[in-house]
Amino acid sequence: MGITAESQFHVLAVDDSIIDRKLIERLLKTSSYQVTTVDSGSKALEFLGLHEGDTNDPNTPSVSSNNHQEVEVNLVITDYCMPGMTGYDLLKKIKESSSLKTIPVVIMSSENVPSRISRCLEEGAEEFFLKPVRLSDLNKLRPHMLKTKFKDQNKKQEKQEEKADFESPKRQEKEEEQQHQEQLLQQQSSNNKRKAVEEGLSPERSRPRYSGITTVV
Amino acid sequence: MDVLQLQKQFVDYRASLYHEGFLDEQFTQLQELQDENNPDFVVEVVSLFFEDSERLLNELTKALEQQSIDFKRVDAHVHQLKGSSSSIGAQRVQKVCIAFRNYCEEQNIEGCLKCLQQVKHEYSLVKTKFETMFQLEQQILTAGGSIPV
Repeated sequence: MGITAESQFHVLAVDDSIIDRKLIERLLKTSSYQVTTVDSGSKALEFLGLHEGDTNDPNTPSVSSNNHQEVEVNLVITDYCMPGMTGYDLLKKIKESSSLKTIPVVIMSSENVPSRISRCLEEGAEEFFLKPVRLSDLNKLRPHMLKTKFKDQNKKQEKQEEKADFESPKRQEKEEEQQHQEQLLQQQSSNNKRKAVEEGLSPERSRPRYSGITTVV
Repeated sequence: MDVLQLQKQFVDYRASLYHEGFLDEQFTQLQELQDENNPDFVVEVVSLFFEDSERLLNELTKALEQQSIDFKRVDAHVHQLKGSSSSIGAQRVQKVCIAFRNYCEEQNIEGCLKCLQQVKHEYSLVKTKFETMFQLEQQILTAGGSIPV
């Protein structure tokens, strides 16, 4: 398989609306992501292991700073309009944090305000979804999570492959399979149904064409 | 009534809700998210919508009863109601919320009060529609049938 299935991607969803939290949770789980939902930006930061300065709440005992993420989060998807910390504020805090800035952030909003959208994208949001969010929107998430997840893995892989013969048939086969996986994913996103995976495997596509090499798949 | 008749009744009823503008495409999206592993998803979300809406309608009533109305506060509540109705596909409720927000912006008390009445009415209508639809679903299941997609 071209895509490592060892662990699921974990998405942190932030929304003050209980209905929207339920909805986004179902959408994400249907897309096979692990999900955690919180109802505010400050809870999101807490979950991410980042504590908002010492000055804010005198009642909270200042815990020894533990800026390591407790749980790995591969993407944050947040509502824009929230009381207290807006989604934009949350985005900024994440991008300003050395430990969290590589986490892709997606903003959702019920309002189509171009200046709001560009401001979020400029601040580093990967995507801006208009509510209500649909399954087809979520298909745009995977590339962002893959990018970050495999950045470190690729560095290791490259070192190993420097030794291997670059032209070897096995590597060619792997690459072709990766391309097919990407095609299937793309088709899946346009059809928006899981069935597309089976439908996409037409006889023409299932066997990559090699000249002179017998392939056993 | 046998299963087939119950199913037909359900399908026709649901179609009428779209026809009359009570529901829109977003409700279809919700249904598509329901499956054997999450058979109660739609009922659960709609129940949350009922609870949340009733809370918001109470807040709105209180806010508009004040001597000096805080329109920002009123608008914030309507914004929430607009959002949740949109999320479940309750189109007629959503539409009233849009008009409601405009009156808030204009700080038009009469307009706001009118919209409050309207939104309460639309909410009550759609609530009844949902409840009826869920009852029809239950009848099908009790009769041993499956709910048509």
